[in-house]
Amino acid sequence: MMSAPLLQTRGLTKRYGGVTVLRDVSFEVRSGEIHALLGANGAGKSTLCKIISGLVRPTSGSMRLVGDDYDPPTKQHAETAGVEIVQQELNLIGTLSVAENLFLTRLPQRAGMLHSRLLEEQSREVLDRFGLNDVRAHTLVETLGVGRQQMVEIATALARQCRLLILDEPTAALSGRESEQLFGHLRRLRDSGVGILYISHRLDEVSALTDRITILRDGKFVATHATESMTTDLMVERMSGESLGSDASTHTSHAREEVALSVRSLDCGMVREVSLDVRSGERLGITGLVGSGRTELLRAIFGAEVATSGEVALRGESRGRRFRSPSEAVAAGIAMVTEDRKQNGLLLSQPISTNTTLSSLRKRFSRWGLIDRRGEQNVSQQWVDDLETRCESIDQAVGTLSGGNQQKVAVAKWLVRDADVFLFDEPTRGIDVAARKRIYRLLESLARSGKASVIVSSDLEELFETCDAIAVMCNGRLAATFPRDQWSQEKIMQACFSGYVK
Amino acid sequence: MTNSRWTQSLLQYGGLLAVLVLLIFIFSVSSENFFQTSTLVTIANQVPDLTFLAVGMTLVLIVGGIDLSVGSLLALSSAVLGVLMAHRGWSIWPSLGVAMLVSGVGGMINGSLSVGFRIPSFIVTLGMLEMARGATKVVTDSQSVYIGSRVEWFGQPLPGILLSPAFLTAVLAVIIGQFVLTRTVFGRYCVAIGTNAEAVRMSGIRSAPYSIAVFGISGLMCGLAGLAQTSRLSTADPNGAIGMELAAIAACVIGGTSLMGGRGSVISSFIGVLIIQVLRTGLAQIGVSDANKQIITGLVIVVAVMLDAVRSHWGKSK
Repeated sequence: MMSAPLLQTRGLTKRYGGVTVLRDVSFEVRSGEIHALLGANGAGKSTLCKIISGLVRPTSGSMRLVGDDYDPPTKQHAETAGVEIVQQELNLIGTLSVAENLFLTRLPQRAGMLHSRLLEEQSREVLDRFGLNDVRAHTLVETLGVGRQQMVEIATALARQCRLLILDEPTAALSGRESEQLFGHLRRLRDSGVGILYISHRLDEVSALTDRITILRDGKFVATHATESMTTDLMVERMSGESLGSDASTHTSHAREEVALSVRSLDCGMVREVSLDVRSGERLGITGLVGSGRTELLRAIFGAEVATSGEVALRGESRGRRFRSPSEAVAAGIAMVTEDRKQNGLLLSQPISTNTTLSSLRKRFSRWGLIDRRGEQNVSQQWVDDLETRCESIDQAVGTLSGGNQQKVAVAKWLVRDADVFLFDEPTRGIDVAARKRIYRLLESLARSGKASVIVSSDLEELFETCDAIAVMCNGRLAATFPRDQWSQEKIMQACFSGYVK
Repeated sequence: MTNSRWTQSLLQYGGLLAVLVLLIFIFSVSSENFFQTSTLVTIANQVPDLTFLAVGMTLVLIVGGIDLSVGSLLALSSAVLGVLMAHRGWSIWPSLGVAMLVSGVGGMINGSLSVGFRIPSFIVTLGMLEMARGATKVVTDSQSVYIGSRVEWFGQPLPGILLSPAFLTAVLAVIIGQFVLTRTVFGRYCVAIGTNAEAVRMSGIRSAPYSIAVFGISGLMCGLAGLAQTSRLSTADPNGAIGMELAAIAACVIGGTSLMGGRGSVISSFIGVLIIQVLRTGLAQIGVSDANKQIITGLVIVVAVMLDAVRSHWGKSK
């Protein structure tokens, strides 16, 4: 009989409210292997990793680590058990030195004082072991480049002895040479018996580096394969699963002839040379992997981020321009429903009425600078009724509403203002089915009245249901656009990963 | 409708008014001289300068800023007023105009620098606190400027109603301030900016003009406060109003204005001013030493904020 696997999960399930993000996942990681975890957005990879590393507790299910029951209530417990995670976002403290970050939780002390020489020596050893010979231990982390910082972050995890190492997209910020350095190190770790769970969108990396692959889809375990038995095409196919029916019969396009929004080779941050046209009444979906630049594209169009080159033209404009602020974009007739309504969409402590009229107060609800309170109340009430927003009254603070009802208020704000072009960033994230259906109907009625919509979503089913065409972003570029009669889940997934496969 | 509005007002100001009434009651019991017309008139005629400052400060705090320069700007406008009236022989109104212009411009500089260069207003106004104080000494040559009766009338009780023009003007400023805050687009945007500036930006609103204007208004209020103080003292004192910015902030905070922005009421700040002044006058009357007065005033500020924190926590968990 073989020795027990390093990590074994049994029926792991995680629910947030009514939403199940991980469903009955059972798989195992062996000692001395690099094990890839693959899946599309929302497949549950991150949740699974967070459960294994003690950041999130499962709703049900169990885990065993080297044959023993394993149920870490916190990250510290997981670390004590020998499980380390390196998450996508950096967790370093920029104003401290590399050495201090490496040993943050167990700085060497002598009589209550920092033992600098010992710290320096210990750090030097870790950095050298990790091949970071050029990084000096007393350098401040914030003065390093992002790639180096990422390497330090990984070294921080490796400075502690671990049996299982989890890496979430470690190469996203690394240069080719740094990636190679990392891979060499991971292989050495593997040969010394450490198990590594490796998440990446870069399928060629997965092919070259890993021993086995586990695929998740919609929160469920699909299969574990030996890497040598898989091609990248096969991986994509397994991730996308059976094709969703694109229900053409119930969908009516309201797209008209004239172009309402024309974007020409827009550059902004990671967004590179994106061009697209949206016609009046058209609903264009945009999808792509997390980090492919979808939100950044919308923000660049809206002027929330100032584009470095390229231009945006609205209907009837012969010459395009770049908006330097959202107020310019709004004045020109663009509205944007943001992804993170709590951060930048709503005034949570303020009443529904205030939020509903926020962007149109000056234009529609004021005279001589005074607020037309009756008009404001009437219109707010009307949209609460129309969108079936569940609340006690329009004087209720938006922060006390459920996510779906908050989103309705965030949308109502722009319906009251009115615009020719509506940009929606993840319009139904984290909201219940009823609210979602209401938003879909709203998208339909906007289209019918000739408004152009751009809908960014990770949820392909959502785009299949609502859109006339779907554009796919990959690595900051627009990889492909599929009209309704040509799209399929597999084609779109291929396009999503296209920029990451050589 | 009227009924519910009354209930709402009572809920909003009830707690504060209760504190005020309680303080008056305590002092009336412990000193027989306290609950007398003359004492109450004294209190009413001592609050105008602090009231003006608190009106401006409330707006500044609501947009998420802070204005530490108001004490110095008050002194500067008082100095300008004094020099123009006493040395140049100007009459009161043009002098006040120039004084308000000076302090208003000072406020606009505060706002423009903090918005334009994204410097915390704490730092900018701290700098202005020093600069305006220095300018005050330059203008007055570090000497007190005596003006006398040409300015005193503004702070003296009008026959018949016992209230001074300064007090009435201050109350008017409170009413206008509250109206602006709750009924105008300007006030609404101030609250919105203090609540979530990024959400305001993403709603297509340029917040810079509002944030700058708020500091300008605070500056103008310093001008009026300068007149009120000068009229009460008959003199423009280059070393006057030191630390008064803290009293103004304390009044706002007692009134429930949030230092994090987005929440506040001008009327509540005014009640905060009254609480502070009742406390000062009352404690002096019952013979508490200056040192102990300070300790007690400090305690009241902390307790008021604690009560407010408990209340809002309770309101949330409800």
